[in-house]
Amino acid sequence: MLILSGLTVRYGSTRALDHLDLTIGRDELFVLLGGSGSGKTTLLRAIGGFVKPDGGRIVLDDTDLSELPPHRRPVNTMFQSYALFPHLSVAANIGFGLRQQGVSRAETRQRVEAMLALVRLDGFGARRPGDLSGGQQQRVALARSLAPRPRLLLLDEPLSALDQSLRRDTRAELVRLRRSLGISFVLVTHDQDEALEMADRIGIMHDGGMAQVGTPAELYERPANRFVASFLGAANILPCVIDGKSIALPTLGVTVQAARSGPRGPGLLALRAERLRIGGEPLSNVVLGVVIDSTYAGDALQISVRLADGAMLRVKRSLADGMQAAAMEPGTPVRVSWHPDACMLLPE
Amino acid sequence: MKLVLALPAVWLLLLLAAPVAIVLLIAFALPADGVPPYSLGFTLDNLALVASDPLYRNALLRSLLVAGVSTLICLLIGFPMALAIAKTVPRWQNPLLLAVMLPFWTGFLMRINAWIGLLADDGLIVRLSGVSRLLYTDTAMYIGIVYTYLPFMVLPLYARLSRMDPALVDAAADLGAPPWRVFLRVILPLSWPGIVAGAALVFIPAIGEYVIPALLGGPRAQLIGKVLWEEFFANRDWPTASAVALWLLIVLLAIPGLGIRLAGRKWPRAM
Repeated sequence: MLILSGLTVRYGSTRALDHLDLTIGRDELFVLLGGSGSGKTTLLRAIGGFVKPDGGRIVLDDTDLSELPPHRRPVNTMFQSYALFPHLSVAANIGFGLRQQGVSRAETRQRVEAMLALVRLDGFGARRPGDLSGGQQQRVALARSLAPRPRLLLLDEPLSALDQSLRRDTRAELVRLRRSLGISFVLVTHDQDEALEMADRIGIMHDGGMAQVGTPAELYERPANRFVASFLGAANILPCVIDGKSIALPTLGVTVQAARSGPRGPGLLALRAERLRIGGEPLSNVVLGVVIDSTYAGDALQISVRLADGAMLRVKRSLADGMQAAAMEPGTPVRVSWHPDACMLLPE
Repeated sequence: MKLVLALPAVWLLLLLAAPVAIVLLIAFALPADGVPPYSLGFTLDNLALVASDPLYRNALLRSLLVAGVSTLICLLIGFPMALAIAKTVPRWQNPLLLAVMLPFWTGFLMRINAWIGLLADDGLIVRLSGVSRLLYTDTAMYIGIVYTYLPFMVLPLYARLSRMDPALVDAAADLGAPPWRVFLRVILPLSWPGIVAGAALVFIPAIGEYVIPALLGGPRAQLIGKVLWEEFFANRDWPTASAVALWLLIVLLAIPGLGIRLAGRKWPRAM
C-alpha cells in the first residue's frame, strides 16, 4: 500500500504538488489523469525518487521512501520515451535491473527469458532496441521495468507513442498482465478513454492537487465539482437552484426533477451530452431550444442547441437508427429531454 | 555539381597528397651536399637509420608518451566539463561552449607567451603555489599542451553527451544502479565514440607538437617534432628528416586506425 501525505513539490515559486494526500491500495491499477501542468508527472517522478519533495511523506508498505535515492526504492518506472539502453541488447536491457540486484548471470538469463515470453517477444533477446518497432520497444520497456519484481510499477504515459489500434489492444493487455502479477500500477495519462477503460480507480489532478479520486463510474456519474464534470466527458453545465430533488433553472424559467437530492440553495446542474435526447418521445425533463449546428463524429452526431437564455447545450445523438434519421438542420426548433438520473448536482 | 565535388579533391591533392609525395620521394633519396641537399634515387638507408638510431627512436617513444599522457589528462578534465555543459539548462549551453572556444580568438603564440609569464619563476602560479620551479619543466609542457588541445576533447564529447536522452540516466538509477554504475554502464559506453574522436583530435597534433615543448618544456625534452626541425633546418639533412616524418606518419596512421576500429565497434558487453 502506498500512502502519500502532505506531499509538496515546488519549482521556484510555483507549486507543482500542493499538500497532496493519496492512498493507493495493494493490487490496484491507479490512474493519474490530468491536463498538462496538473502535476501528474511530477507526482510520478516524486514517487520514483527523481524529484525531491519539499514537504510530506511517501510511505510504501511501512517503508518511508521520502529520503531514499531512486536506485534504493523498490519501485520501477516505465518511461514515456521507454529509455531503452541503445548500446545493450534487448536481453541485457531486461536483465539490467536484475544484475544491479546481484542476481546471478544464470538466473538473470532464465528470468529474462521468462519476461520475454510474458511480453510475447521470445527470440528477440539478442536484438538491439533500435531494430525493434515502437510496439515491440514498448513491450521491452515494460518487461525491463517488471523484471526486478518491483512492489509498485509507475507508468508514465506508457501508450502515448503507439498508434490508435495498437494502443487499444495494449490497454487490455496491460490490465490482464497486472492482474496476473498482482502488483500495484500507478499510470499517468492525459487520455480519459484510457483512464476510464483501464483504471480500478482514477485520481483527477488539478493545480497540483487531487480534484477527485474514485472508480471510473463514480467520477463519471457523480463528479464532485465543476472541474471534474467538465474535464471528464465535457459535461454541459447550467446554473440552478436546488431544492431537494427539484431543480429550478431560473434563466429558463423551468423546474426539472433529479433522481437524487442535493444541498439546498444555488448550485450547478451538469448534464452529459449522450444522456440528452432530441426528438422522439420526450423524457420527463424538457427544455426548448434551436439547433445551431450538427457535426458528424463517427459514432454519433454532435449537435449544438441554443436555449432560450442563450446558453448552449451539446447533445450527442446516437446513429443507431442511421444517418438520415439522426440528421438535424440548423434553425430547427427542438425539445431536449432527459431522465431524472441524468442530473448531476454540483456545488457552485 | 561536378565542379563543386572536384574542389575538395583538388584541395586534398594540393595540400595533402602532394606534400606527402614529396616527403616520400626525399625519404628514399640519397643525401648530398648542395642545393637541394639530396639527389634522387632509391635507398632504404634513411629509414633504417632512423629506426635503429636510439636518438630518433627515443624521441618518437617520448613523443608517444607525451601525447598519450596529454590525451589522458584532456579526457579526465574534458569529460566532466562536457558532461556539465550538456547537463546545464539549454540557455547556458552555447555561452559555455563559446567560453571553451574563446582562447582561439587570440593568437596561439600570444597565449603560450602569456603562459611563460604565468609559469615563470617570479610568475603568479609559482608564487601562489610555492612550487620552486615550473617554467622549462615537463609540467609546464603538459600544462601548455593540455591547455591548447582541451577544446578539441570537449567539443566532440559535448556533441555526444548532449544528444543522450536524460531519461536513460533516470532509467538506470530506477533499475537500481548507484551513480557510479550509471556512469560506467550507461554514460561512458554511450559517449565512447565521442571519447575516441576527442582522443584522436588531441593525440594527433600533440605527438608532432614542436612549439609548446620548445617554449615551455625543459632542454632535455627531445620530442620528435624538435628532432624533425633540427634535421631539416639545422643539419640540412633532408633525407633523414623525411625519413623521420615518414616514420611519424606511419605511427600516426597506425594508432588512429586502431582508434577508429575501436569507435566503430559496439561497446564490448553483451550482457
